[in-house]
Amino acid sequence: MTLNQSAVPLADALDAQRINRLAHFDVPAHKGGRMNAELPEYFGKRCMELDVNSMKPLDNLGHPVGVIRDAQALAAEAFGADNAFFMVNGTTSAVQTMIWTATGRGDKIILPRNVHRSAINALVVNGAIPIYINPGRDKRLGIPLGMSVADVKKAISEHPDAKAILVNNPTYYGICSNLRAIVRLAHQAGMLVLADEAHGTHFYFHDELPVSAMSAGADMAAASIHKTGGSLTQSSILLTRKPVNPDYVRQVITLTQSTSASYLLLSSLDIARRNLYFKGRAIYQKTMEFADYAREEINALGGYYAFGTELIDGDAAFAFDRTKLSVHTRDIGLAGIEVYDHLRDDYGIQIEFGDIGNLLAILSAGDRMMDVERLISALAEIKRLHERSAAGLFDHEYIDPSIAMTPQDAFYAKKRRVPMKESVGLVAGEFVMSYPPGIPIVAPGERITPDVLEHILFAKDRGCFMTGTEDMNLDYLQVVG
Amino acid sequence: MELWYTDQHTDDVRFSMKASVQVASKKSAVQQIDILDTPAYGRVLVLDGGLMTTEKDEFIYHEMITHVPMAVNPNVKNVLVIGGGDGGTVRELTKYRSIESIDLVEVDKDVVLLAKKYLPFTSAKLKDKRVSVWFEEGLRYVRGKKAEYDLIIVDSSDPYGPAEGLFTREFYGTCFKALRDDGILINQHESPFYYVHQRSVRDAHKHIAVEFPVSTVYQCHIPSYPSGHWLFGFASKKYHPIEDLDATRWNKLGIRTRYYNTDLHRGAFALPNYVKDLLNK
Ligand SMILES: Cc1ncc(COP(=O)(O)O)c(C=O)c1O
Repeated sequence: MTLNQSAVPLADALDAQRINRLAHFDVPAHKGGRMNAELPEYFGKRCMELDVNSMKPLDNLGHPVGVIRDAQALAAEAFGADNAFFMVNGTTSAVQTMIWTATGRGDKIILPRNVHRSAINALVVNGAIPIYINPGRDKRLGIPLGMSVADVKKAISEHPDAKAILVNNPTYYGICSNLRAIVRLAHQAGMLVLADEAHGTHFYFHDELPVSAMSAGADMAAASIHKTGGSLTQSSILLTRKPVNPDYVRQVITLTQSTSASYLLLSSLDIARRNLYFKGRAIYQKTMEFADYAREEINALGGYYAFGTELIDGDAAFAFDRTKLSVHTRDIGLAGIEVYDHLRDDYGIQIEFGDIGNLLAILSAGDRMMDVERLISALAEIKRLHERSAAGLFDHEYIDPSIAMTPQDAFYAKKRRVPMKESVGLVAGEFVMSYPPGIPIVAPGERITPDVLEHILFAKDRGCFMTGTEDMNLDYLQVVG
Repeated sequence: MELWYTDQHTDDVRFSMKASVQVASKKSAVQQIDILDTPAYGRVLVLDGGLMTTEKDEFIYHEMITHVPMAVNPNVKNVLVIGGGDGGTVRELTKYRSIESIDLVEVDKDVVLLAKKYLPFTSAKLKDKRVSVWFEEGLRYVRGKKAEYDLIIVDSSDPYGPAEGLFTREFYGTCFKALRDDGILINQHESPFYYVHQRSVRDAHKHIAVEFPVSTVYQCHIPSYPSGHWLFGFASKKYHPIEDLDATRWNKLGIRTRYYNTDLHRGAFALPNYVKDLLNK
């Protein structure tokens, strides 16, 4: 069989399997949904019949030699990578595989502090040492940006033994660092570049979007096809380029990957890849047009600031992802999370997240103009009905961390529980974050400062969904010692 | 061969009428538009397969959506009609000499073009000098308006297609802002009868009631619409639909109607118990 991008080898093999009407004496025991009629009624018969486990004609994700290998090869080609790995535990597993491939216990990795928790979790597990670069910060918006090239250069010269640099491409808010320059510096110093592209899948399919990791020369990238690429939730792709050894990457993946990867997720990656290859440009063109229109209309309402390419400063905000609709809400006296709650509870509109000063709406080619109009009008209404003075609103989303020990040492240290309000000066033994965006306010090994405590209490008070701590109510914190 | 047009009222209920000829058929940017001639209902307008307007019974709908608010506040000068591309609501409004301007906002230009060509019985007054037609999303149009109208009439299709946004709280709130201090909002409020439509009736009422101090519904009988039992919403910042009805004054205007009269006006607000229960849920 010759492979080309119009093929979906994995999805086709899976469907052939369904049509073959095999007698199944393997797992899953629901056997096409016949074991429990509620399942096909709920999910649809076809979905149940496609939910099978690995078998000869369907290859094996842990050791791909057939249709999965082929589907991954097509994905690698579509994304301009040397190798692609289908992932079934989210971009979390792709981010962790990157870190575990590049570092081992005691190795250093340079990364911006505004990484997703999955990156720091990886360090808790493998004992690598984070060298944080404080991201740039936009004064007006209070949000963290990307890393400045000068800061990266400084970190590299201070830590020439670091193994890798991790870059958000882009951040949740859509802001990119100067990836090409960072790749150049890192490669000169013999370090790998790992890109968290949880929010950047679409960069591969439209030339007016910021540069993708693979075309910027990065070594590995975690691309969340499920977030903006149209595959099923939890499916993701890890991309690698030479000199990264794909066989070693595969071993690292199998350390934690299920041996029963879902074929629904895997085949959705195959189908999404073909769609992106042929229609990606049109899809993201439409997305950008929706976002540009919404930005213009929201900015015309006054009070809100839907930010865009004007943030670009050639350095820590090197590029902006125009498909993102991020809106600064503090000037109408409401936290982003409060606007998020009004949208949901009063207007039946679900957005991606609201944090302290901003909200983020994800637009896609699956949107309809009338829904975009609804979002804009609901924001207008929330302003009309709830606007108040901005005094007293917390004004920054990012606080420089004060590091006392590595994440692993802190997480596995002897710990005790203290009331959150009495934690200032102590070293955290666990994470605190709002999810989304899932960027830790404090990570294991960091000292609680008055600013950090104020941030936590404010976010909790405004209704952010706070996670990470053993205590489900966040009244207590596990600290070291 | 016989030609029949069927309107799917619910998954389990259909309403069919014999058709003699298909007069026009067009896929616009927004929806599928069809116009048919039928022996029983005359010329009919069908949007995305759903019956919108029939020559035979449109007068009921258009009179009830217009004269009820006009009899409560005869001083209305500036009116906004959202939807209503067939022109029937505008036709009724133009009967009032006191009205100074009528803005018609219709998202689908082709509906207006086809109505002008094939539905003269509703569209004839679209050329009245006081009428301006805007082809835009209703929600977007109203967003920019503040205290500019005395009356807003939402003459929409049902909430399962292009008109979905016109049944939302953000839309009603935006209308509130666009109305003057004694403004009235009338909306096409669907039928309370079949279970599948009840949720939209209840939700629309709930959304309007949080925005407007006065909010109720009134009813009429439209033979060609699902169940025949139809509701309109009456919401206002000031006027009560019955206490503020000035029947003598309206009757002096000498406006000719076939369905509406001021006795029926009062009765239309007397609701069956099942409708009351639905709205109070
Ligand atoms: C920047 C970033 N990286 C990684 C992830 C993890 O992705 P997933 O939820 O698919 O595991 C997320 C998810 O929110 C993210 O925002």
